[in-house]
Amino acid sequence: MSRALTVAAVAAAAAMALTACSSSSNNPLGGSGGSGGSGRVTIGSANFPENVLLASIYSQALQAKGIKVDEKFNIGSREVLYGQIKDGSLAILPEYNGALLAYLDPKSTAATSDDVNAALAKELPGSLEILNSAPAEDKDSLTVSKAIADKDDLKSIADLAPFAGQFTIGGQPEFKSRREQQFKDVYGLDFKEWKPTADTTANAIKDGTLQVGDVFTTDPRIVSLGLVSLDDPKNVFGAQNVTPLVNKSKVNDTETGVLNAVSAKLDTAGLTALMKRVSVDKDDPSAVAKDWVKSNGLG
Amino acid sequence: MGAAGIGGGTVNLYSWLSQFFGDPDRRHGPDSIVHRVGEHLLFSGEALGWALLLAVPLGLLLGYTGKAAGLVTALSGAARALPTLGLVTLAVLLAGVGDTAVLVPLVALAAPVLLVAACEGVRSTDPDLRDAARGIGLTHRQVLWQVCIPWALPALLAGLRTAAVQVIATATVASYVGLGGLGSYVVGGLATRDFAQTIGGALLVVLLAVATQLLFALLIRYALPAGLRRARD
Amino acid sequence: MGDEPLVRWHWIGTHLGYLRDLLLDHAVISLLPVLFGLLMALPLGLLCVRFPRLYQPLAAVFNVIYALPALAVFVVLIPYTGLATQATVMTPLTCYALAVLLPTTVDGLRSVPEPVRQAATALGYGPWRRLAAVELPTAVPYLVAGLRVAAVSSISLASVGALVGRGGLGYLFMDGFQRTFPTPIVAGIVLVTALALVTDAVLLLARRLLAPWARRESVVGR
Repeated sequence: MSRALTVAAVAAAAAMALTACSSSSNNPLGGSGGSGGSGRVTIGSANFPENVLLASIYSQALQAKGIKVDEKFNIGSREVLYGQIKDGSLAILPEYNGALLAYLDPKSTAATSDDVNAALAKELPGSLEILNSAPAEDKDSLTVSKAIADKDDLKSIADLAPFAGQFTIGGQPEFKSRREQQFKDVYGLDFKEWKPTADTTANAIKDGTLQVGDVFTTDPRIVSLGLVSLDDPKNVFGAQNVTPLVNKSKVNDTETGVLNAVSAKLDTAGLTALMKRVSVDKDDPSAVAKDWVKSNGLG
Repeated sequence: MGAAGIGGGTVNLYSWLSQFFGDPDRRHGPDSIVHRVGEHLLFSGEALGWALLLAVPLGLLLGYTGKAAGLVTALSGAARALPTLGLVTLAVLLAGVGDTAVLVPLVALAAPVLLVAACEGVRSTDPDLRDAARGIGLTHRQVLWQVCIPWALPALLAGLRTAAVQVIATATVASYVGLGGLGSYVVGGLATRDFAQTIGGALLVVLLAVATQLLFALLIRYALPAGLRRARD
Repeated sequence: MGDEPLVRWHWIGTHLGYLRDLLLDHAVISLLPVLFGLLMALPLGLLCVRFPRLYQPLAAVFNVIYALPALAVFVVLIPYTGLATQATVMTPLTCYALAVLLPTTVDGLRSVPEPVRQAATALGYGPWRRLAAVELPTAVPYLVAGLRVAAVSSISLASVGALVGRGGLGYLFMDGFQRTFPTPIVAGIVLVTALALVTDAVLLLARRLLAPWARRESVVGR
């Protein structure tokens, strides 16, 4: 048996060696970023359309200045991507300052944009930094169907207290591990069940699989499916400004300047309008991003 | 990676697994192993049931008449190529989150395998045997039931085994759209970079698949009609 | 889903180049692993025929590997092979292909009738020449049957790689799903299936050329 295992291990190693060879010769996207100032950067994005759109905007703005960009979009969640930018495989990541802080320091109480960014500057390791935040914000929100909101007279997350024990809550798969404790501590909510409904969360609220779900405030389905986002008076979700996270050794001053110029022009209404083009009109994120870059004089 | 990486991996693997199986969430409630295994088996079984119901009668009939056997093979080849992830996502968009969205792709996965197994199994019946059965006055229906189906049973069971293992392994993908089962651990762990969960979930899927294979190996050995076993020995 | 049509033909018309790029990427990441699998299955298969005691445990190991959910393997590989790289997707696909091809290779090599083998030896064929001129050709129908299964499932499985950033046409499934946009999903399903059918046809043609005597449709059960 042990001999068989050895053979299998050798075979597996051979397989890896083979595929590794092939990937370096066949894969135009294989290189993981250049060194800082080489004029070539790798941009990543998380796996939801708005983050892809933001990464596209960064990408188009940089390309407009003649900088070469490798795009690795629509991949996993922050937990996966953070490790990749820390080790330099990614140079730039569109982030949300509050969510990033909650990831790095779950106990942080910072809620305003300035407080959050100051706290982030302290929490980030030396290799990473955040650039200027955009005014644009996309917050998580606990969202319910209009029927439930009317029936139980729900306006804010605090109103959920009498019902949480009977309510099933859903969101991205990482939602539970990120937020369960916070909802218990801050609002005293202990939900009946947590379902990882991922991108179907809004639909699951609509069809009654969930009573509560985590839906982004810029999600066009809040309007189209008739959902209600509850207020968050105790700021569990905090500020969520769109903010570029970069690996310092992988970007130079020109690139930093371009990204800061993008942040200066990007606001919530503008982002929601762009999101409508992507999610409702089904335009490509890259095309929408290119238009935005041009019309804002960045191209 | 090299030797250090692999060595570290085994240490991690052990601590991951003990972390996964030691978590109290794994013992009680909706995220417990028992509950997730139950969900996984339920929709795998449901999918297999539908596939059996749809594919086997058709396969037996086509195999017996010998008509369209080439077509069956070609069609089921095409069906086998249908990407599960594509079918799951499309089914969710069209039918909403629910049982249908998991069942459609899994049935599409299992049905072609069973169709071919049933068709080929019956078709491979010894022609002399069929002639002899007709010769002693059995009707077509009787020949199918008393000769061809018992003859096709081993092929059918082998097909069922393949289909079951594939369905159990593939049902993991269903959790990408939030539909529970053991894939919840895999997808949840993926999203949170909680490898303990991913590995634990993957291990459970493998155990389930291996157990299924063993179960069918036993079935194939002991469930065959005695006469057939003797005939084949 | 409201009044969103199943297929927006206009989108397909304006994305032909994009679809072609994804199709090519898909073909590479799904079919190269089958080739690697074959290249490894042949020597391993020979070893198993020479040392029969090796075969059972080896087959068991690959049976377990075959049951590993692709998604989990992809994720675990990211720290080693990188995010969104071909290696991350192709490594497990190679193992799956090998898991299918090893048993068919062994069956194929064992299918040489003993008298034929002895006749070749009697004609003065050394082991290598006998392998090239007698054993491998005899095994071709088995190999092709295994390759057909391996290729089709590899093509179908590669789309799962989209969840870790490199899945060729699989990206269309995620994109369409996230934007409640069925058109890319339908396009992806059609193209994946078409790629599988074309590959299958090529393999059948190869068998006809390499082993014209083999008429039987299926040699292996799965």
